[in-house]
Amino acid sequence: METKYISKSGIEQWFKSIVDSGKRVYAPVNSRDQIEFKRVKNLSEVADEYVQTTQSIKASVYPKAEVLFSYEKEHGKVHLTDFNPDSIPETVLWKVHPCDAAGFKPLSAIFNWDSPDKLHNAHVQKTSVISFSCAMADESCFCTSVNGSPGNLAGSDIQLTMLPDGGAIAEIVTPKGEALVALSPTVFEADKGEDKTKYLVDLPARFSLEEVNAKLNKAFNSTVWKEQSERCIGCGACAFVCPTCACFDIQEDVHGSTGRRIRCWDACGFGLFTLHTSGHNPREHQSQRWRQRLLHKFSYMPARLNVVGCTGCGRCSRACPVDMNILEHITSIAEQ
Amino acid sequence: MSEKNTYLPYLMTIDKVTKEAPGVKTFRLKFQDEAEAEAFEFKAGQFGEYSAFGEGESTFCIASSPTRKGYIECTFRDTGRVTSGLSSLEEGSTMGFRGPYGNVFPLDEWKGKNLVFIAGGIALPPMRCVIWNALDLRENFKDITIIYGAKSVNDLVYKSELKEWSERPDVNMVTTVDPGGETSDWKGEIGFVPTIVDKVAPSAENTIAIVCGPPIMIKFTFPVLEKLGFRDDQVYTTLENRMKCGVGKCGRCNVGKLYICKDGPVFSKEELNLIPAEEY
Repeated sequence: METKYISKSGIEQWFKSIVDSGKRVYAPVNSRDQIEFKRVKNLSEVADEYVQTTQSIKASVYPKAEVLFSYEKEHGKVHLTDFNPDSIPETVLWKVHPCDAAGFKPLSAIFNWDSPDKLHNAHVQKTSVISFSCAMADESCFCTSVNGSPGNLAGSDIQLTMLPDGGAIAEIVTPKGEALVALSPTVFEADKGEDKTKYLVDLPARFSLEEVNAKLNKAFNSTVWKEQSERCIGCGACAFVCPTCACFDIQEDVHGSTGRRIRCWDACGFGLFTLHTSGHNPREHQSQRWRQRLLHKFSYMPARLNVVGCTGCGRCSRACPVDMNILEHITSIAEQ
Repeated sequence: MSEKNTYLPYLMTIDKVTKEAPGVKTFRLKFQDEAEAEAFEFKAGQFGEYSAFGEGESTFCIASSPTRKGYIECTFRDTGRVTSGLSSLEEGSTMGFRGPYGNVFPLDEWKGKNLVFIAGGIALPPMRCVIWNALDLRENFKDITIIYGAKSVNDLVYKSELKEWSERPDVNMVTTVDPGGETSDWKGEIGFVPTIVDKVAPSAENTIAIVCGPPIMIKFTFPVLEKLGFRDDQVYTTLENRMKCGVGKCGRCNVGKLYICKDGPVFSKEELNLIPAEEY
C-alpha cells in the first residue's frame, strides 16, 4: 500500500479524469431530505456534510432487482438467454464510508461460499471503491464494536482522509486503486507524513463481539427476542438499508411468450419468507424472525462464513419506524 | 468469464406424465442437450429446482433412483403458482431443472443393514428414490420394510409401485390409510403412520429407519422409534424447508447454523438435535 497527498484542486482534477474515462461514478447526493448514492458527473453534486446515506452502497454489487436470465417460449420450446457480464459498465463508487466498503466482504462470502455467484462477482470485478474515512459519527454508529473503524481500509481500493486544507491523505490499497491513480498520476504528491488518526472521529467500542457471540450461542430460547421485537412491525426496512443483508427472492417477470427470472431483495423479517405452501411456517412469529436476523448476523455467519454480518453502520436503527435499535439490543444481550 | 450462471436451468422435455392421486403427478424428464444428459449425475436424497417458465421455480427431491439412467422424475402436488403451472404442462413440453443439490442418503454406510422406510402422504417421493436405489442393489441390504400411509386410499401415490413392492418376496410392504380413509375393498392397515409403526414394531437391531412425512407425522413417529430401541444415529429423515436458490445463498432454509439445502436435506436424528426443532 502506498500513501500520497492530494490537494483540493488535485481532487477536483482527479475526479474529472475519472468521469472523463467513461466510468460511471456514483456518489452521495442530496436528494429531497435524504442523502442517496446517485450517478454524478461533477464533484459539485456530491453531498458535503452528513453522517450516513439512507441506503448503503450494496446495490452496486447486488442490485435490488437483477435479471438472472431471460427466455422466450415458442411452440412448446424454450430459448434461454444467459446473463451477460459484459453488460455491466465499469463503475467507481466515490465517498463510500468504511462501514459500507467493509460490507463487500460479508456479501461476497454469502454469494460465493458454495458455488461462485457469476452475477455478483461480475459486479464486484467492475466496481472500484473510493472510500472517505469518517470525521463524523452519530449515536447509531458502532463500527468499532464489529471489527471496523472510521479509517478501516477493508473493501476500499483507495481511501481518502480529508485534511483542513481541503486536500487529503490518499491511501492506495489495491491494484484497482492504482489504476484509478493512473488516470491522473501527477496530482498524487508525496506523503506529507500527516497522522491520519488525528482526523478520524473518536468512537469507543460499545460491546465485545466475542462476548456477544458467546452469549448468542446460548440465547436461542431466551425471552429477550420476544421482549425486543414486540414492537416490530415486520416492515423489512432494516434489511433493505443494511450493507450486508443478502437474503433474496427469485421472481418471474412475464410478458406474453417472453419472460425474465429476477433476483430481488427480500428480508428474513417478512412472515412470507419461510412460509410453506402447506401453510406451515417454521418462523411464524415476529420474535422468531428477529432472533433469526440477529443470530444469522452475529452467530451463524461467523460460524459458517468466518465473517460478521454487521459493519456497525447503524442504518437499521436510523431507518426503523418503531425505533428498534440494534446497538441497544445487542448491548443488552452482551450484558445479560 | 467462464463461471457458470448457477440460476440458469437445464432445459428438460417432459417425457411422460403419470397421474398419481388427486392433484398429484409424476413427470419423467429428459435433458434436451445430450452433453448435459451425459454429464449429469446425482445420488439418492438430492433435490432440484424445477421451473415452469412463466411461473417460477419450485423445490422437489429427485424421485427416481440414480440406478435408472437417462432420465429423472419428480412428483408434486398442484398447490401453488408454480406447481399449478407445471401441472398444466403436457408430455413433450419444455420445463427447467437446476440441480442436483444437497447431500445424500449414506447408502454405502448402510450396507449389510436392515432398512425401514416410513413415509406419509406426498412424502413418499423423496423416499422412492432411495427405495428403488436400495432395491436395485438388493444384495447389499438385509430386510427391507416399507411402511407408507396416506389420508385415504385415493391419496396413496405410486399405486402400481406399491403393488409391485407388496408382491416382492424380499420386501415387507405395509400400507395404511387414516381412519375413515379406507374403501370397502381396502386390504391394508387402517390407522395413522406412527400407530402402524408401533404395531409393525421393526427391530432396531442392525437397522436404519428412514422417516419422511408432514411435521406432525415426524413428531409422533420419532418417539415410537425411540421406544423400539432406535438410537438417534439409526434414524434419518429428509427435510423440505422453503427454498429459492437451493445453493445456500437466499437465506430461506437457514435453521440454526445449518442450511437445509447445503447441510441437508438428509439429516440423521442425531444431526437434527443440533438445530432448533421449532424451525423446520
